[in-house]
Amino acid sequence: MTDTVKNTLLFVVVFTLIIISGFFQGWNNAIFTLNMGIISAIMALGVNLQWGYAGLFNVGIMGFVALGGLAAVLVGMPATPGAFSAGGVGVVLALLLGVGTVVAAAFTYKRMPKGRNRNLVVTVILVFGFFAFRALLDPNVALIEAVNPAATGYLGGLNPYSVETYRENRWIMLIAWPVGGMFAAGAAWLIGKAALGLRSDYLAIATLGIAEIIIAIMKNEDWLSRGVKNVNALPRPVPFEVDLQSSAAFVERAAALGFDPVEGSTIFVKLLYALLFSAVLGILFWLSQRALNSPWGRMLRAIRDNEVAAEAMGKDVTARHLQVFILGSAICGIAGAMMTTLDGQLTPGTYQPLRFTFLIWVMVIVGGSGSNLGSILGGFLIWFLWVQVEPIGLFIMDIITSGMAEDSWLRAHLIDSAAQMRLMTMGVIMILVLRFSPRGLIPEK
Amino acid sequence: MDFLNAIVALANYVLIPGIAYGSQLAIGALGVTLVYGILRFSNFAHGDTMAFGTMIVILVTWWMQGAGISLGPVPTALLALPFGIVGCIVLVLVTDRTVYKFYREQKAKPVILVIVSMGVMFVMNGITRFIIGPDDQSFADGPRFVISARDFKEMTGLEEGLGIRTTQVITVLTAIVVVALLFWFLNKTREGKSMRAYSDNEDLALLSGINPERVVMMTWMIVATLATIAGTLYGLDKTFKPFTYFQLLLPIFASAVVGGIGNPLGAIAGGFVIAFSEVTITYAWKKILVYVMPESLEPSGLVQLMSTDYKFAVSFVILLIVLLFKPTGLFKGQTI
Repeated sequence: MTDTVKNTLLFVVVFTLIIISGFFQGWNNAIFTLNMGIISAIMALGVNLQWGYAGLFNVGIMGFVALGGLAAVLVGMPATPGAFSAGGVGVVLALLLGVGTVVAAAFTYKRMPKGRNRNLVVTVILVFGFFAFRALLDPNVALIEAVNPAATGYLGGLNPYSVETYRENRWIMLIAWPVGGMFAAGAAWLIGKAALGLRSDYLAIATLGIAEIIIAIMKNEDWLSRGVKNVNALPRPVPFEVDLQSSAAFVERAAALGFDPVEGSTIFVKLLYALLFSAVLGILFWLSQRALNSPWGRMLRAIRDNEVAAEAMGKDVTARHLQVFILGSAICGIAGAMMTTLDGQLTPGTYQPLRFTFLIWVMVIVGGSGSNLGSILGGFLIWFLWVQVEPIGLFIMDIITSGMAEDSWLRAHLIDSAAQMRLMTMGVIMILVLRFSPRGLIPEK
Repeated sequence: MDFLNAIVALANYVLIPGIAYGSQLAIGALGVTLVYGILRFSNFAHGDTMAFGTMIVILVTWWMQGAGISLGPVPTALLALPFGIVGCIVLVLVTDRTVYKFYREQKAKPVILVIVSMGVMFVMNGITRFIIGPDDQSFADGPRFVISARDFKEMTGLEEGLGIRTTQVITVLTAIVVVALLFWFLNKTREGKSMRAYSDNEDLALLSGINPERVVMMTWMIVATLATIAGTLYGLDKTFKPFTYFQLLLPIFASAVVGGIGNPLGAIAGGFVIAFSEVTITYAWKKILVYVMPESLEPSGLVQLMSTDYKFAVSFVILLIVLLFKPTGLFKGQTI
């Protein structure tokens, strides 16, 4: 059996699994699983770029995904009337002041001769800058958050349409996706500048931290994206179900296919998303494949396999690492913006490292690190399992407990904790793959 | 101007909570540092090891409370602690046999072990949630305070109260005992010396007849003990929730790295550095400043440098500063 046949078979198996779930749990669920599978596959591509190509250990994926979601809000939502004039200028000035302080401190650190004087000056700049920053930021934030706090209380986004009509501006969400990538790239540049070049587990700890900080900022800075109050009703690039249901032509076509208008419209919308997402996945996969097989890709793998030798050959290891770290994070940011678009809302409270960082790692490891096709397969397969483990667990628990008394505490406990089986299953899968098939389902060539 | 009240307020809101939290972080960081020093990888499953050990302590505590066994004024959890330690040791040794040993024999790269520990983290997290559920559990009993703020005010006639919770006293006392025992073990006993030798130079240690598997086993047993103690103290002081323990990973790693990863003394120092920075930066200083500043200069705001939700940011920034300017940490790394 050649590799092509084997790989095709693997993909056929995964898609068959999704189709079977469609027969049992309804097509809406199956296509939703497919859509999230595509998004997961894109995240896995990004992580594979970092880990598989360059051996960079990034456990801050959640942060980059969340930044992508933030971009969806900042691009897709309309500006809140009156918010910018209330405190927007002040906030922008405060942020500039903050950046200026850091730049000034860094500049002083570079230019002044080493010694106690330098430390003193840098400390004074930082402390003074911090208090000035807070003094300028706080009152303006209060002003912004006072603008209709129940519904908005944040600056809003860049959607040029008005508050009433912004959802008609559908295509703006497609702009939000690359912007999400750019946000993530910016954060990756900052963290990469600081932490790349250190030992690999230090990068891991640093990225773990930056992800938590990004989530903390998104939860607490209400003027930016309403924090835990969430931003709802984002515009979307596909038509609304309600509009489809009231269109006679659509109802007729759905009836001809044997669907009632409500089910037909929801499935149709999800299929449109699936098409859009597949296009993005296709483009990113093509680009990644090209990159992998280019001289640049070969150089990265050379660096990964033997850093010292590559450096001796005149390769700039730190610069290449920074480059690939930024690119991989940007891909995660794009996926994050797509996910927020699909959800139609940004909910910072739901970002959890186990789901958004470590699950992606399971996908990459199971699929095969270093192989783009493998990452995509891992994305679909692990996402499918992640969704299905809960019903399967419940089913198994029902069988195990069927002999017990109705009111037995053990039975109630076992059935309750079936929902917790997910994490254990993912861990076991990961450990087994690492042990018995460390190169993954579709190994790197 | 009222310095006495200011000092009492400072002790009540900054010093005492900082010392208690610092002790918890220090014991946690000691575990991470030992794994790093002997087994040479950053153990991502450490937070969940803590959660598992604490979970057993909680279950045994509940059973004891039900059976009417208690220690009087001291929380029952201390009586249940040995059971938790044993349970945690069993789990960790089983994990080592079934998972880590294979990679050790292969001489796998440390980063592979880190990824494996991510898988272990998932499983341990799953087990804990499976048995006790993902919710908050409280298991502290006995009197809450050694001195309550109100008693203190009555005793001294000061405006500010100084409340010392039982759990804070127990945390600090336990931490002192644990650290003293650990250092005695590492420096004075044969087993401890062989661990240090192994950490220092693996090949040389093997040549001098040290059994590596025994060293590794000892390490895991100590790590499980430390993890359970740290987790139980944290749970008594605050509350037990599996997810919080997973999140503790960041400040614990930060403590270990700040102190110099692989160095036990550094882990302790790092724990206190991180704890005190978190507490001082997220504390609203107004309460103290009103006593020391003349009335005309009294601050109008809360004088809180950052909101409490940014406490992770604090450990992270300190971590970053240390990594950038002194990558080996405050104390030089890699010496147990």
